[in-house]
Amino acid sequence: MRNLISAVSGGLFGLGLLISGMTDTAKVQGWLDLFGDWDPTLAFVLGGAILPMLLAWRIAPRRKVSVTGVAFPTMPRKVIDGRLLAGSALFGAGWALAGFCPGPALASITWGGLGGLTLLLAMIGGMIVSSLAGKRRLAAA
Amino acid sequence: MSLSSIPADWIFGLAGGLVIGLSAAVLLLGNARILGASGILGSVVEGSEPDTTTERLWFLGALVGAPAIAVVIFGAPQTHVSGNLPLLVIAGLMVGLGTRLANGCTSGHGVCGMSRFSTRSIVSTLVYLAAGFAVMAVARHILGVL
Repeated sequence: MRNLISAVSGGLFGLGLLISGMTDTAKVQGWLDLFGDWDPTLAFVLGGAILPMLLAWRIAPRRKVSVTGVAFPTMPRKVIDGRLLAGSALFGAGWALAGFCPGPALASITWGGLGGLTLLLAMIGGMIVSSLAGKRRLAAA
Repeated sequence: MSLSSIPADWIFGLAGGLVIGLSAAVLLLGNARILGASGILGSVVEGSEPDTTTERLWFLGALVGAPAIAVVIFGAPQTHVSGNLPLLVIAGLMVGLGTRLANGCTSGHGVCGMSRFSTRSIVSTLVYLAAGFAVMAVARHILGVL
């Protein structure tokens, strides 16, 4: 059941990214290009995506557990640390340079050509670097 | 882009956005999981939380498979991905490292976190947007590399 729900969610996510135009790096970079030919589409995508989730977060506490009987994730502690700020800034910079964030990079891999594959593999490489750095930090502590 | 194409893009954006939000709601209410693309991919790459690796692989498989089928039927849209491979490697490393440090990306922080008014997610989203705007301004309008 959990696998089925995950697959349905992943499939909808991929189709949503495709329909919204977010697999087109020109649209994403157009959104970030405030000082050029600015493209507001991404605001509609983000706004549209937040609406069902506003509802879901209101339904969740009333049901207490998910359909599969798991407690809902608790609110993260309000820690704004250097890791969050530096990571977010690094992500935003890379997002602008390539026009891909992780979701669309995965969704478009079958038609993104060599460029899309290069970006995705480098992104996975960055995740491995982060994981190794984290293990080192743990070992040093 | 012609003027007449702009509203259609916005409508597709909104419609696609609603489907993205629905997908996140399905995962939350169904499996009590936050839909974060970087977290789901990153945890599979790292091999952390092995008990739930299978369901993440189902998610990732459908995330790649569903749009692939749609593209076979309706044709592939443009990705306009850069032909500058070194630039894509640098950008990819930054996105991969950055999203793992920040524990989230556009889906995890932007959609799931902001919709529950998580302070961390709102701060993260403001920072990655600001960084994106700044880097785009410099790279495209000052350095002329994009």
